[in-house]
Order: sequence, then C-alpha cells, then structure tokens
Amino acid sequence: MENELTVTEEQKIIADLLPRPFGRAGKIWVAALSVVCLLGVFAYYRQLRYGLQVTAMRDYVSWGLYISNFVFFVAISLVGSLITAILRIANVTWSTPLTRIAEMIAIAAIMFAAMIIVIDMGRPERLLNVFAHGRIQSPIIWDVVVITTYFFVSLLLLYLPLLPDIQILRAHQVAAVKPFQKLYKFMGAFWKKTPEQHRISSKAISILCITIIPVAFCIHTVTSWLFATTFRPGWDSTNFGAYFISGAFLAGSGAVVVAMFVVRKAYQLDKYITDVHFDKMGRILVLLALLYLYFNVNEYLVPAFKMKEGEGAHLNQLFRGDWALKFWTTILVSMVIPIVMLVFKKGRKPLPMFIAGLMVVAGAWFKRYIIVVPSMLHPFLPMHDVPASYKYYFPSWEEWAIAGGSLAGALLVITLLVRIFPVIPIRETIDEMKTD
Amino acid sequence: MSNSTNELTSRRAFLSGAAMAAVGSVAAIACNSNKHPFTPEDESVVPSGEKVKLLSVNGDVIEVDKAFLKPVPDMPPISNDEARVGIAGKKFVMVIDLSRCKNLKKCQSACNHMHHIQDGQNWIKVYAMGEEAEHTAPYWQPTTCMHCDVPPCVKVCPVDATFKRQDGVVLIDSDRCIGCRFCMAACPYSTRVFNWSEPVLTEDVASTHYNCETSVPQKKGTVGKCDFCADMTRKGELPHCVSACPNGVFFFGDINEDSVSNGAETFRFSELIRDKAGYRLLEDLGTHPNVYYLPPVNRNFPFEVGKENDKG
Ligand code: SF4
Ligand code: SF4
Repeated sequence: MENELTVTEEQKIIADLLPRPFGRAGKIWVAALSVVCLLGVFAYYRQLRYGLQVTAMRDYVSWGLYISNFVFFVAISLVGSLITAILRIANVTWSTPLTRIAEMIAIAAIMFAAMIIVIDMGRPERLLNVFAHGRIQSPIIWDVVVITTYFFVSLLLLYLPLLPDIQILRAHQVAAVKPFQKLYKFMGAFWKKTPEQHRISSKAISILCITIIPVAFCIHTVTSWLFATTFRPGWDSTNFGAYFISGAFLAGSGAVVVAMFVVRKAYQLDKYITDVHFDKMGRILVLLALLYLYFNVNEYLVPAFKMKEGEGAHLNQLFRGDWALKFWTTILVSMVIPIVMLVFKKGRKPLPMFIAGLMVVAGAWFKRYIIVVPSMLHPFLPMHDVPASYKYYFPSWEEWAIAGGSLAGALLVITLLVRIFPVIPIRETIDEMKTD
Repeated sequence: MSNSTNELTSRRAFLSGAAMAAVGSVAAIACNSNKHPFTPEDESVVPSGEKVKLLSVNGDVIEVDKAFLKPVPDMPPISNDEARVGIAGKKFVMVIDLSRCKNLKKCQSACNHMHHIQDGQNWIKVYAMGEEAEHTAPYWQPTTCMHCDVPPCVKVCPVDATFKRQDGVVLIDSDRCIGCRFCMAACPYSTRVFNWSEPVLTEDVASTHYNCETSVPQKKGTVGKCDFCADMTRKGELPHCVSACPNGVFFFGDINEDSVSNGAETFRFSELIRDKAGYRLLEDLGTHPNVYYLPPVNRNFPFEVGKENDKG
C-alpha cells in the first residue's frame, strides 16, 4: 500500500497549501468586513452610553435580534464537532480537508456567541457577578459552563492537529508566512516531532473528538432550554433540544459548504476540495435538512392540532398572520428547496451547492429570529398599559449594526485564521496521499 | 360578616400603623418612669391644648395632648442582608376583588408615584378581560407581581438578583442584576419592566441610597417590578395601591394571621376566599401565586364606566 511521495510531490502539496497573502479581492473583503465591524463598535458605544433604549426591544419583546443572533452563532459553531468529531469517529477520511475550516468556523462562531450575550446584557460591567453569585439552577449558568468548555475543546481541536503543520510553516520561510514566524514559534516551539509527542497528540485528539460530541450536544440543548424552561407559547416544548440540535447541524453544514466553495475559489484548491467533497456534503445536507424538517413538523403540528389558547394566537400569526410570509419563506428556503436541489446529482456540483449552502445559512438565521421574536409578542396576558411602540418589534439600526458587526467579525476571524494557518491540514494530507 | 369585621379591626395592629407607632413611643417612655404615662419627661413641654384621640394598649380610646406626642423617627435603613431575609413570621398575601374594580387606576398612579416608575411603564396593569368572548361579561382585572411561591423568575435568574424571602415577597436587587432579562421571559404574568435607559429622576430621589425593599431609585439596565411595598409592610402599613384605591379593591394581609384588610374593612382571609370563591391566575402553571382574586360577581360598576380610563 505504501507508495512514497517523492520529495517534489510533497513540496508541491506544501506549496499549494501554504497560507497566501491577500490579493486584491482579499484586501477589499477584509476592509469591507472591518468597516462593518467598526460600525457595530460605534453602535455598541451608543448602546453603552444611552442604554438598551437605543434598541427596539421593550418590556414585552425583551429579547430580540441579539438573542436570535446568539442562537444562530451557537448553531453554526456546532459544525466543528460534526465534521471533525462525528465523521472522524465514523472513520470517514474524505472529510480531512474540511476539518480545519470547520474548526475555524466553530471557534469564530462560539467567540461571537459569547460576545453577543454580553452585548445583550443591560449591565455588562457586572459580568463577574455571574461567577461571584452564579446559581447553578439557572440555565444561563449551564450555558456559561458549556460554552466555555466547548470553546476550549474546540480550540484544542484546532490547535493540536495544527502542530505538525506549524513545523512545516516554520521550515518554509516564504513571504506568505514570514510575518507570522514569531507566532508560529510561540505556538509550536515545543513540538519536536518525536514519536512520543505524536502518540500523545493523536491520543489527545481522539479523546477530544469523543468529548466534544456530548459537549456540543449540551451547548445547543442548553441554549434551547433557555427558551423551553420559560412559560411562553411557542417555547413550551419538549421537542426543543432535538429540534435545535438538528437545525444546528444543518446550519453548520451549510456554512461549511459555503466556506469550502469560497476557499477553493480563492486558493485554487480544486485538487484538494474536489467535486466528490461537494457531492458527499450535499448528501449530508439533504439528510440533515430532512431531519430538521421532521422536527419542525413535530414542533408545529402537535400544538397546531390542539390550538390551545396561548399557542393558538402564536401559531395563527405564524401560519397566516403577520409572520406568515417570513415563516413559510424560511421553511422553504432553509429546508424544502435545498432538499429538492440536492437530491439530484446535478445539484451537488460546487456552484449549486454553494447556493444551497447560502440558502441554508440565511434561512437558519431567519429561523432563529422567528423562534425568538413572535413568542415574545404573544404573552399569556394580553399586552396592555404600555405605549404602542412596546407592542411591535423591528430592530433599530443600532441592533442591525451590532448584529451585522458580529457576523462580520466572525467572518473576519475566519478570514484571518485562514490567512495565518493552512486551511487544509498539510501534514495529514501528505500522510493520506502516502497511504492511498 | 360586618360584626366579625369590626372585631378584627380593633385587633389589627398594622392597620392603624402610624397611630399605633405614636402610642408605642409614648408607652415606651411610660415604662421607664413611674409617672403618669402621658406626662412628658421633659418638663419644658407645654401642653398645646389640642387633643388627639388614640387607641390605648387596653383597647380604650384616650385623649392626649398633641404636644406630648413624640414624632416617630423613620425606620433606620435596613441592610441588604436583612432585606433579603424578610420579616420573620409573616407571609404576605393580597386579595383583589374584581367586583369592585372600575378601572380608576388610582392604584397604578399611586404605585408609579411612590416608586418613581418611568413613563410608559407600570407595575400594576388593569386588564380589560373577557371582551372578545361572545357570551361572557367583561370585567377589569388589576394585576401586580403575583409573588409566586414557586417563582419562575427566581428560578432562572443567574446571579440571585431576584429572590424570594421568607415572608413570601419576591424582590429584585438592582445592585446585582446584570440585565439579562431572562426573568422577564420567564414570568408568565408579564409583570416585569426593564429600565431601558437611565431613569429620569429628581436629584433627591436619584441620590437616595438604593434599597431593594423600596426599589428606589431604579437603575439603568436592570429590572423592576411590584415589590408588595416591602418597606411599608415592614413599618406595619399597607402597600400604596391598597390605600390608594377608593373602591377598596385591594386587600392585603398576612396568611399566618389569616387576615386581610383594605384599610376600611378587614376579613378573615380563609373565609373570604372560601365564601367568595377566590382563585389565582394561571393556576395550572404551578407558580403558586400569593395574589388571589375574587370573581367579578354582582359588580359594583358596569364595565363601561371604567372604559374612559383605559389606555389599551
Ligand atoms: S409574577 Fe412574575 S415576577 Fe412576580 S414572582 Fe411570579 S414569576 Fe416572578
Ligand atoms: S435581568 Fe436581572 S433579575 Fe432578571 S434574571 Fe437577569 S440578572 Fe436576574
């Protein structure tokens, strides 16, 4: 089986996969993202100064765009565990070129999930109270615990497989990696490539892969419980954990597909991220979309059959009221159309996959919004004795700017990670080519 | 019923709070000296000639010269820890008689005034109920925080900023609240409000020392809600909404003493609830509220007369 790669072949792979400096498009991209981020920072400054008054949230809709965005980030971050851990444990090797990008997405998303929660707080300067006075009975504390755990496990899952590649990066003093040599040195100075280190590292990776699965399930289940533990029509559901997890896997896979396409285009990596990868991800996407659709049916059909008073008002609004257009579009865009597109072999080519991926991600974002906001608008006791503006909700520009800024920030983190580190694991790719 | 009412009235210490406190202070002086209880210690006090009627500890009505009364100093501010524990031996309860409510909203304005609540926000809301249903009679339903025995808001608070005391009162510590608004999502009665911006307060109010029993001053980025006027009950007085309502809709009292009062009438709580078929809101959620409602039977006012006060 062993067919040695020649030195030149190996050099070729390394040359292909080394990070590259930004081209014109890259620079514009980074600049645009930075501008959006800065706008978000400015909006947040205003929010700190004038209070949450600058948002459109009020006493009834007291959670809005920020919390939907938070749930979206948590959902996206779940993909790290799917691609790296679940597929790895299932002994799937074709996913190797996707693992790193998935981990990068996971890290960026979870960072901004944590950040957006702090942004949503009325008193961010009291964050430490969570540790000083934290009470374990509150689902928020569970969330703090699992998000932190997930962040560190993900970080390690990005870091450990990176060590061999850092060696390679340090060995190749080409212009693209020159500016980061100090960083590489800091990160990988202790990595001596000894068999002992290899053994420990691969063992650690296996352990992390196994631990990250329950942690990943927890993080999104707990996030769903933030809603399900309250008395609110639309959230009072035992289906929520499973519903959120399946939605998260779908959203995250959509994000990976989008990233695959972009990275492949930007870095001309057609040899490494092949049509086969798109085809396989397409199948996974169909499966996940079907699963999510199934949980959606569970989520809406059962209460809709009974139409209890509180739920009735809520569901009527979703199905044929003010929210109907948004609701049905989201269902179509995030599940039905992608399923129809991707069941056909032609649909699983890179470009249609890219479009389907975008639809899934955008749909996932809107779905979170539809889960959060309408429930707040339908309390048990009718909205009363409040100004008219309290009875509606449409995010203010500050909210859009902050939410947009957080999305741009996550993209920026991913972009920078891709710029600094090889987006496809070099060492693993070489090893796999050897054994193929 | 009215017989028992009168008997109870004389027993009710916390009704006549202010007067009792005054007598108390005079009596306290009396204990320390062998003089006539109403002879001033300080000989320099000259009788003013103006008499006030007081209820003595024996239950007799006595007349005392005004000059001999000593002003009762305000209660010393209690510490945060005391405020968290609550008043020993008490278990506060409220009864709202729906048949008496005319949607005057005096409760609301008194509450808003005393707690310096921001514009557009109300801790007490008077709902128009049953208007949509075809064959039911509409009525007004004042709603406050229910001070649930199993309060979902307390369960979800990550930092113990909203808490339940031994006397049944659920309070918020605005010095600790991080403003996550989870409690607002969790409260099925929608009674919590949020200070979206820096509260607009007069200088002297804004500079008062914050106390979670008075909920004053409100603070930016934190949650507020009805506090059962914990500071008033500590003084042995009725909450502001109770005393403000001219129709006597609200009754307040102590379940351990089994009595509630609206200031003018006092009832045995258990009898009142039993005889008038008292109930609680959203009982099926298992929150065990401490606010009881008496059904709107034989209403004192037709629904329409309160309509002009409804802000929707
Ligand atoms: S009514 Fe709402 S705010 Fe009041 S104790 Fe119950 S859950 Fe908490
Ligand atoms: S908003 Fe304040 S009181 Fe409410 S749950 Fe959060 S920290 Fe607790």
